[in-house]
Amino acid sequence: MFWNALTLQLGYNATLVTIGATLLGIAAGVTGTFLYLRKRALVSDAISHATLPGVGIAFMLMVLLGGDGRALPGLLLGAAVSSWIGLLCVSWLTRLTRLSEDAAIGAVLSVFFGFGIVLLTVIQAMGAGRAAGLESFLLGATAGMLFNDALVIAVGGALTLVAVLILRRPMTLLAFDPEYAAARGINVGRMDLAIMALALAVTVIGLKIVGLILIVAMLIIPPVTARFWTERTDHMVLISGLCGGLAAWIGAALSAVAPAMPTGPIIVLVSFGLFVTSLLLAPNRGVLAVYLRHMRFQRRVHLRQGLLALAQGQPIYEAYTVRLLKCAGLAHADGVPTEAGRARAAKALRDEKRWELVRADQAFESAAALYDGLRDIETVLTGDQIAEIDQRIGGPQGVAS
Amino acid sequence: MSGEEFVPLSLTPMLIGVLAAVACALPGNFLVLRKQALIGDAISHVVLPGIVVAFLITGVVAAAPMMLGAAGAALVSVLMIEAIRRLGNIEPGAAMGLTFTTLFAAGVLLLEQSDTSSVHLDVEHALYGNLESLIWLDATGWESLLDPVALAGLPPELGRVVIALLGVCAFLWLFLRPLVLSTFDESFAQAMGIATNRLGVALVMVAALAAVAAFDAVGSIIVIAMFICPPAAARLMTNRLEHQVAWSVVFAVLSAVLGYVFAGYGPLWLGFDNAVSAAGMIATVSGIILSIAACFAPHRHRSGAPAV
Repeated sequence: MFWNALTLQLGYNATLVTIGATLLGIAAGVTGTFLYLRKRALVSDAISHATLPGVGIAFMLMVLLGGDGRALPGLLLGAAVSSWIGLLCVSWLTRLTRLSEDAAIGAVLSVFFGFGIVLLTVIQAMGAGRAAGLESFLLGATAGMLFNDALVIAVGGALTLVAVLILRRPMTLLAFDPEYAAARGINVGRMDLAIMALALAVTVIGLKIVGLILIVAMLIIPPVTARFWTERTDHMVLISGLCGGLAAWIGAALSAVAPAMPTGPIIVLVSFGLFVTSLLLAPNRGVLAVYLRHMRFQRRVHLRQGLLALAQGQPIYEAYTVRLLKCAGLAHADGVPTEAGRARAAKALRDEKRWELVRADQAFESAAALYDGLRDIETVLTGDQIAEIDQRIGGPQGVAS
Repeated sequence: MSGEEFVPLSLTPMLIGVLAAVACALPGNFLVLRKQALIGDAISHVVLPGIVVAFLITGVVAAAPMMLGAAGAALVSVLMIEAIRRLGNIEPGAAMGLTFTTLFAAGVLLLEQSDTSSVHLDVEHALYGNLESLIWLDATGWESLLDPVALAGLPPELGRVVIALLGVCAFLWLFLRPLVLSTFDESFAQAMGIATNRLGVALVMVAALAAVAAFDAVGSIIVIAMFICPPAAARLMTNRLEHQVAWSVVFAVLSAVLGYVFAGYGPLWLGFDNAVSAAGMIATVSGIILSIAACFAPHRHRSGAPAV
């Protein structure tokens, strides 16, 4: 059943919803990347909540003009206009008053949402029954989606994606170095607005599927997930889009199988699942990788200290060090070095002495900068240089009798 | 309007609205000053899963488990934000957004899946509250205020709000000095031996308490307006903390009363016969107050910024 939903074999409507959601997820992931890199992820929260009054006003206008209040394009247009006003309010509050951006975001999102709720109750009073469905914009509902609605969502998602692809160069530049971007002739203010406009487009298109409270998650979670896997922006955009699309696809399929489960929350939770997986398992930045790296580092320190202790004939009290030396075949269980251990220990001590000279000598300044107590000297200096240092240390000398 | 009509139908909702607004505005002052306004946002979203889990465990909608559940959820969300921020090396805003949307989604899902039809707990109610329903049916007029039988029939939400407000006041009264110090100069506060981290978490927990109390009345989103708008408007009025707190209480009371009145009677004045959402109207009024303050308040500019 679930497989059928994933492979789009569960009827016409489910297929439409799944495709629409997937496109939306990709667009949200890609757009969200730039929002995240610009460190303005939570502005999307204000944008999404500010759509509600627009939806209400658009509905009322359309009813007053004698049309069907539920025509999706009209509602989405209203949503876009009112969230644009909300966005302007945020930037106005931050620029002209002493309030910080977070207070402005919080104020705008809650006030617009509250006003939207007032309008919803007005609509309920206006015409009983006709307003049914507007509440679905809060948490999203895909159950009764019409073909035209799905088409609007799919086309909107695709258009947003194209716009992001066209603007990705200047937006990347802006995310990393606004001053340089300005020097290159990019209008920073306008490009910031463009990023916001794209986020707004994603939000408005996503209203029907995930609802205005949870659409934020589709803009925030995929970029954060993608950040674990790469250090390059272009890869991050791709991975983020992939994560967003995957989460939306699986989420939409799941909710198609179990109609009682609302689509929005499921998509968010699937997305969060991807995030946790990345947090734990990503190479390089993941928790597991960091832990393994730490363990490896600890082992190297213990081994090196153990070898130095052996070379100087000092007893080793640290059980972990003895165990490591024993596993490497360098010492017996009682801490007495084996033949190989003696050789490695002598080499370790000699390396230590070599480093000491290197660090004292101005001529080796650049090599000395790489000293961290663990690095093998052969990886830093050439054989000739080591031979030169060895000459200065001198070989073993006989003791005068 | 006569007491016979006002006391049973409007007195308790209005009182709950006012008390909830004040309970939220007080910790909100510090959240705004500490640039943690969006923590208020996060808390109000995670109160929902907290309450749902508390309900699923205990099976009743009662004050104590709900408050415990919400406080627990707030604690979980703070820990989760910290963990994600540290483990993943992610900027705080994104970590916050990630955490509260996920917990909120989990809460909505739990609520939809579980059988809560027998009690007064549903998604829409959780989102924007139902202030109008908190009526006092046992009252017959002003004299009921002295009648113990009628007083026993007060909506339990009123008691919850009072407890929360007392808790908030007690916390602020006990910890005002360290709180002020750590808000304005964290390193100095640390040097004075104040555990600033623990104090910050305590502030968040207190805000969660206020959010639960307000949750019944105005739902989980409009609470944010109560957390942020009155303190933000008060911030534009004065440069002194005591005055700011006082202004924020004034604004909170004003928006609750005006919001309730406009919602209940405004449409009647305009010739319609249906009231609109009181919670939404309270948020709207607080927004109007904030925008007036942003245009005319004496201290609206950043200090040092040129007057425009």
